[in-house]
Amino acid sequence: MKRQIPMMILSTIGTIFVLAYFSPGLEELEKGGSIFFDVVACFAFFLGGSNLVRVHIQKIARHNPGWGYSIVTLFGFGLMLFIGLFKLGNPLGIAGAPTEPGSWFQIIFQYCVAPLSATMYSLLAFFVASASYRAFRAKNTEATILLVAAFIILLGRTQLGLVMTSWVPDWLSIAQIPNLAVFIMTSPNLAGQRAIMIGIALGVVSMSLRLILGIERSYLGSDS
Amino acid sequence: MKKLIAPVIIVVVILLLYFVVPKPLEFSPVTSTIILSLIGLALVAMLILTIAGKMIGRRTVFIFIAVALTLPFMMNFKMPIRITPEVQSLYDALEQLPAGSKVLAAYDFDPPSAPELQPMADAFMTYAFKKDLRVIIMGLWPQGPQQAQLSIEAALEDKEVAAKNLQYGVDYVNLGFQAGNEFVIQRMGSAFRGMFARDSKDTPYDDIPLLKGVENFSNIDFVMNFSAGKPGTQEWVQIAVDRFGVTLGAGNTAVQAPGMYPFLKGGQLVGLLGGMSGGAEFELVTGEPGKAAGFMLSQSCAHVVVIAFILIGNVAMLLARKKK
Repeated sequence: MKRQIPMMILSTIGTIFVLAYFSPGLEELEKGGSIFFDVVACFAFFLGGSNLVRVHIQKIARHNPGWGYSIVTLFGFGLMLFIGLFKLGNPLGIAGAPTEPGSWFQIIFQYCVAPLSATMYSLLAFFVASASYRAFRAKNTEATILLVAAFIILLGRTQLGLVMTSWVPDWLSIAQIPNLAVFIMTSPNLAGQRAIMIGIALGVVSMSLRLILGIERSYLGSDS
Repeated sequence: MKKLIAPVIIVVVILLLYFVVPKPLEFSPVTSTIILSLIGLALVAMLILTIAGKMIGRRTVFIFIAVALTLPFMMNFKMPIRITPEVQSLYDALEQLPAGSKVLAAYDFDPPSAPELQPMADAFMTYAFKKDLRVIIMGLWPQGPQQAQLSIEAALEDKEVAAKNLQYGVDYVNLGFQAGNEFVIQRMGSAFRGMFARDSKDTPYDDIPLLKGVENFSNIDFVMNFSAGKPGTQEWVQIAVDRFGVTLGAGNTAVQAPGMYPFLKGGQLVGLLGGMSGGAEFELVTGEPGKAAGFMLSQSCAHVVVIAFILIGNVAMLLARKKK
């Protein structure tokens, strides 16, 4: 039963969704299925939040390396939750939305969360540069073509590319770096992306069929 | 103790810049040229060191990137920006919308992607308000509607927009976040009300004047999606465009943009703003150069430094091969 009930739910909902796409009469059933999905998706927030708290409390209790950061994480989580739930500093009081301009929640979001998150993501620029320096090598013909294409895109997406090849006459405008970048994006890239997309779509169709027909069972866990 | 030196130096420099240096700090074109030349010379020195057999450490690469990214913020170079066809087509599609058209703006990104997407989102919001488009905001990402709030605040700072005295609920509305990814789009196809019973201010759907007569996508004239991943533009294309026939424009991160070209060429997207450069082009085409256009010099310098280091790395590889 532990295996059969989830498989039955999956097969039924999957079949309804596939048929509903082609049959307007089944739209109501499809709506019901998507409402269930929303409910499950909402539970993911509770699950995510409780998991975050559990993992970091364990880390602090065991004094794992970097446990001090866990205190900061839990403090930030608790603070935002408290301020958001009780709408502290909200100009419209408890009746206002948590994200009301001027509320503490929105102020912390705007002046702490947003810049800190952006800073973390911006570190990518440094690591990408360092990784490119170490790993991006023209070892063979394919790698060299990739390297040249990367240079054209890197320059073509900036003003410098335009300045560097602005002297190229109009009749040879395709040789201007920005135009080359557009060509790469709209021709070789397009062809590659389409191939990947068709491959993924075929994979999704076959995997979905396997799931609906009960052939694929890995989602049930290793003991199944 | 040694570990503390670098952070202390950074803090001191920031404090000096904040309290001592007169604002706004801006280099003259001559100073800017000298600084850029020095960066170029330093890169040549790195190349010479590599040829001499000394490998460059990652900290050196980090310093170069930091300098190339930050100093151009203070330079006042005017460099040309060319409008790409995908940005032009998006602008043309928006220009065709008459005043009062209802535009759905889906903010599907969060603060980590904001440096790239927020400038274009702000430019879009300002443009929409100036053109008297009615904007309905929503988000499939939890923090998307908050990013939209920042866009609204940025747009309202514009004098022309401020003069219009726009009213919440009449000229724009923020429906907030809804969990459920692509299922949200799917259900919006039959009824917006089903997914957004109340807006972000907890006002019932039926009490919002702007939403009177808005049942589903057939009552929306244009959808603009700002996306940093999944759910995002791909889901909007697959469901809103392919199934419900909406007109969709998109603004994506530079990493995501190449994957959107099949949709663009297939006509499922009317236009695409790709990364910072797409944002800068949109700002220019709407006649309002803003943050994205201002950041382009910084991006140019960083790209050149990355290219230089890739070349230096390849020189090192060739020399190593020669030695073998």
